[in-house]
Amino acid sequence: MTVRTPDTGRATGTGPEADERGPEPVGVRLDVNGVQRHVEIEPRVSLLGALRDELQLTGAKRGCDQGTCGACTVWVDGRRVLACLTLAITCEDAEVTTVEGLATPDGTGDGRLHPMQEEFIRQDAFQCGYCTPGQIMSAVGCVREGHAGDDGEIKEWMSGNICRCAAYPHIRAAIRAARDRV
Amino acid sequence: MRPISYVRTEGADGIDRAVGLVTADPDSHFLAGGTTEVDLLRQHVLAPNRLVDINRLPLSGVEELPDGGLRIGALTRMSEVAAAPAVQERLPMVARALVLGASAQLRHMASMGGNMMQKVRCGYYRDGESPCNKREPGAGCAALGGVSRTHAVLGTSEHCIATHPSDVAVPLVALDAVIRTRTADSERAYAIDEFFLPPGDTPDREHPLTHGELITAIDVPTPPLARRSLYLKVRDRESYEFALVSVAAALEVRDGKVSGVRIALGGVGTRPWRARRAEDALVGGPATTASFDLAARAELAEARTTPMNAFKPELARRTLVRALETLTRDGSQS
Ligand SMILES: Cc1cc2nc3c(=O)[nH]c(=O)nc-3n(C[C@H](O)[C@H](O)[C@H](O)COP(=O)(O)OP(=O)(O)OC[C@H]3O[C@@H](n4cnc5c(N)ncnc54)[C@H](O)[C@@H]3O)c2cc1C
Ligand code: FES
Ligand code: FES
Repeated sequence: MTVRTPDTGRATGTGPEADERGPEPVGVRLDVNGVQRHVEIEPRVSLLGALRDELQLTGAKRGCDQGTCGACTVWVDGRRVLACLTLAITCEDAEVTTVEGLATPDGTGDGRLHPMQEEFIRQDAFQCGYCTPGQIMSAVGCVREGHAGDDGEIKEWMSGNICRCAAYPHIRAAIRAARDRV
Repeated sequence: MRPISYVRTEGADGIDRAVGLVTADPDSHFLAGGTTEVDLLRQHVLAPNRLVDINRLPLSGVEELPDGGLRIGALTRMSEVAAAPAVQERLPMVARALVLGASAQLRHMASMGGNMMQKVRCGYYRDGESPCNKREPGAGCAALGGVSRTHAVLGTSEHCIATHPSDVAVPLVALDAVIRTRTADSERAYAIDEFFLPPGDTPDREHPLTHGELITAIDVPTPPLARRSLYLKVRDRESYEFALVSVAAALEVRDGKVSGVRIALGGVGTRPWRARRAEDALVGGPATTASFDLAARAELAEARTTPMNAFKPELARRTLVRALETLTRDGSQS
């Protein structure tokens, strides 16, 4: 595992840096939607890059790639975070959940959508749909964190998810409608 | 994004190890939540060759100190601190500043130590190529004659006018918090006033820390007056935006007179701005709008503006007066 490029000039071999990994591709274990996956990636690869480009889980979207839009929102250990500013290699030993894993979180695979997904459809909470996976993952987080009390609160605690189509009123309606079933 | 290598540190022994690794190598950086580090690495503004992941070090949590203060571990996330009952009850302005910062997702990621170390949001610093004395000492400052609407009006120098971006640092400065650190051979403690350096002739030096020095905790006193405190943030949009002006204030009034006050301003200074002139002007005087106004004017008298941010002193004056009026009225949070 201890492979080091010569140009860094740092000591090689054993010692305190024996577990340095990269910069070339290294094996990274990821637990995504309850399944153990293995990817060969450079340490600089973001969680978003690993999900989309290595694991073909293209639900999380690349909007800005700098933390300003929320399209890449996934859960790491149950908390909503931005996959674009998270390095995949930091997620070893953590549970990653993407919108693809939301429909059957109990693993029953009966094909039923999550209540938040159902309400996004029922309330027509999108137009182009690009922001929607991030909105949905963030919306479930918003409810679980206890911040979906009224529209004002939903607005504030969902502000990290931008919708270019401005479907906001419908997104809030979906969250209100789903909140007791989440 | 440039290639990097990665080392994870964990456990109690990991603290010394992380410090040792970064201290020994100028091209290594600590990685906490990554919301500044990964962002600026991708923009080619920061250029480490190696990231030392400190997220699994045992430096999380909010603890009671024997003197009644609170110790916030450097790796506690913004959302965790904002939700801590002791912080909400005793330091409402800290909880409020946290909740009004960034977004819910970013607050789950961002650590308190990283928050103290976050970089300025000046567009010329962040574009990685404009002249910027912070990024490249001696290169000049493109903001001085450029787009400077969000830039600072207090504590500026002819070399840099970038605003300090942190929200939570503003109430922490008002409360005289202490930043605790670890170096390879010592533990240190910095009064927060000494921690955020004014740009002066060396805008690239933002903190007194040596390379590889790790923030371990922030100690925050909880004076009784802080229970009646607020953080008021004014910005271009209602949420998910940095402050144009913000005010952290705590006020104690006895028999109509100000018996204790703490004020700091955000969005206007090159550092989180402790408003000592305003505090001095207020203590012992009447708790009236007229004296709040005089105090605000005293604080902002030395503001130096550009044509684009000339609105800031007036906006800061109004925001400060409103904060103090609100506290006088009902003492609630805002
Ligand atoms: C879109 C966006 C909006 C934002 N809005 C706001 C806002 O409104 N208000 C606000 O206050 N902030 C805002 N932020 C900034 C955010 O709060 C900071 O990026 C965050 O607090 C940094 O913490 P981190 O743990 O992610 O640090 P990292 O990015 O991991 O680290 C930041 C820097 O500090 C160093 N470092 C990290 N931990 C330590 C330590 N313990 N000791 C020594 N050095 C350390 C790292 O090497 C790095 O250089 C925003 C950020 C983004 C991306
Ligand atoms: S792609 Fe991550 S926040 Fe925009
Ligand atoms: S539905 Fe188009 S961006 Fe939100």
